[in-house]
Amino acid sequence: MAIRLRLDKPWQPLTAEAATRLPGQLGVYQVADAKGTIIYIGQAGARSPFGLRSELQREASARGPGHQFRVEVNQQYRTRWFELLMVHKADHGSLPVDNAKNPPPALGRLSPA
Amino acid sequence: MDFEPNSEQQMLIDQVRRYVREEIIPLEAKLDPDASELDPTDQARLVEKTKAMGLYGIDIPKEFGGPDIDIVTRVLLAIEMAQHRAGLYVPCYGTFGGAGLAQIFEANEDQKERYLYPTLRGEKKPFFGLTEPSGGSDPARAIQTRAERKDNGWVLNGAKIFISGADRAQYGIVFARTDASKGRAGITCFIVDAETPGFHVRRVVHTLRSSSYATELEFKDCWVSDHQILGEVNKGFAVANDRLTRQRIPYAAGCIGVAIAAHEMAVEWAKMRSTFGEKLANRQAIQWMLVDNEIDIRTARHFTLEAAEKARRGLPFRTEAAIAKLTASEGGGRVVDRSMQIHGGMGMTKDLPLERWYREMRIRRVGEGPSEVQRMVIAREILGSNLR
Repeated sequence: MAIRLRLDKPWQPLTAEAATRLPGQLGVYQVADAKGTIIYIGQAGARSPFGLRSELQREASARGPGHQFRVEVNQQYRTRWFELLMVHKADHGSLPVDNAKNPPPALGRLSPA
Repeated sequence: MDFEPNSEQQMLIDQVRRYVREEIIPLEAKLDPDASELDPTDQARLVEKTKAMGLYGIDIPKEFGGPDIDIVTRVLLAIEMAQHRAGLYVPCYGTFGGAGLAQIFEANEDQKERYLYPTLRGEKKPFFGLTEPSGGSDPARAIQTRAERKDNGWVLNGAKIFISGADRAQYGIVFARTDASKGRAGITCFIVDAETPGFHVRRVVHTLRSSSYATELEFKDCWVSDHQILGEVNKGFAVANDRLTRQRIPYAAGCIGVAIAAHEMAVEWAKMRSTFGEKLANRQAIQWMLVDNEIDIRTARHFTLEAAEKARRGLPFRTEAAIAKLTASEGGGRVVDRSMQIHGGMGMTKDLPLERWYREMRIRRVGEGPSEVQRMVIAREILGSNLR
């Protein structure tokens, strides 16, 4: 059975407290604005000191209030990250605004059924 | 056969070994442990370096501008190129260039202009579309993708799975059944542009190899013209088969390179690490693991160079390539496993490359023909090909 293509967990407010409660595991995450528009898709790779917790703490500190997030623990954080970017591009015609500023080289294209 | 490198080969080996140690490994230390790409600036700089070394496009035949290095020497260099964290699947991050797909060298002149030369110039990337959800080990029978005659061309319908790079490719070589009644003699090879209506990359297939993904493809009323046939109608299986046999030799070489790197790490660790007041290297249990590593590596190296030497001489090498692929992928897996055991807990971490090699080496026992198919090929040589 294939894993779910899109992240569809409920959004949580992006705060330092919420980030502190996250697991120190590898995975992927999305950050949205207050309206729920995805503005960034990130990954917590093996160089992150405490995985998702470190990455979301950094995001909370850098972005300030008015943002939301959701995470997925995933050992295959790199391929999952590429997948989420490609699916977003297929769904919306472009990358999330903050990914578009520094897109990964040679991102592929998907046309999910 | 004497497989000791001659002086010219040794010079090239030393050159590539230095390149891996001085250029690749230091950059890799800064990358994510599962990374498969360098920073584009580093990539461009290193490509210029391999061009200056005269080793860029090492697998491209001489008549197409390659550096004219024989297959035995290429195996010796491939063993060196694999000796870093990403080395099994992305030796030196592709900075030695690629030759594209072997089949495309068999294309007609028009197809070479449209596909081969742009590929060799790095302007186009191909994918290889053989395996289907119905199976990959027995493509002659498993292929269910159909190509039916229509409007001076062919309409493709079906699916492919475990296809690497299709989402980033400009074209692919796709095998489809053109005559359902003829088994392996009913398969044709098509060149399909990625922009062709009806061609879809449906999803990412996540595997143990978390540094890179495979894809699943769908062909839905995908029309291609007669000009897109590679070779002849109903003779596509030979094209696929030839590629799979040839590919087994460098595939084996990559496994040997990683096994050597893992073994060297285990030897160093055993000399340094102490338990209960004694160096690991002084423990018989550890010594025997290192001996078994050495035997696995030497066995795989011998059989892989034997296959390469036969190919170099223009002799049949199908059985030898199967033995090489089998010994290198299975032996390499054992070497990495033992090296992890010797490292203890550290061997399981992403701090060291062993865990990535362990996951990726597992795939090598299935990719490019599983061990069981290699044994079948070898058994046919022993018992005769008419055995049923």
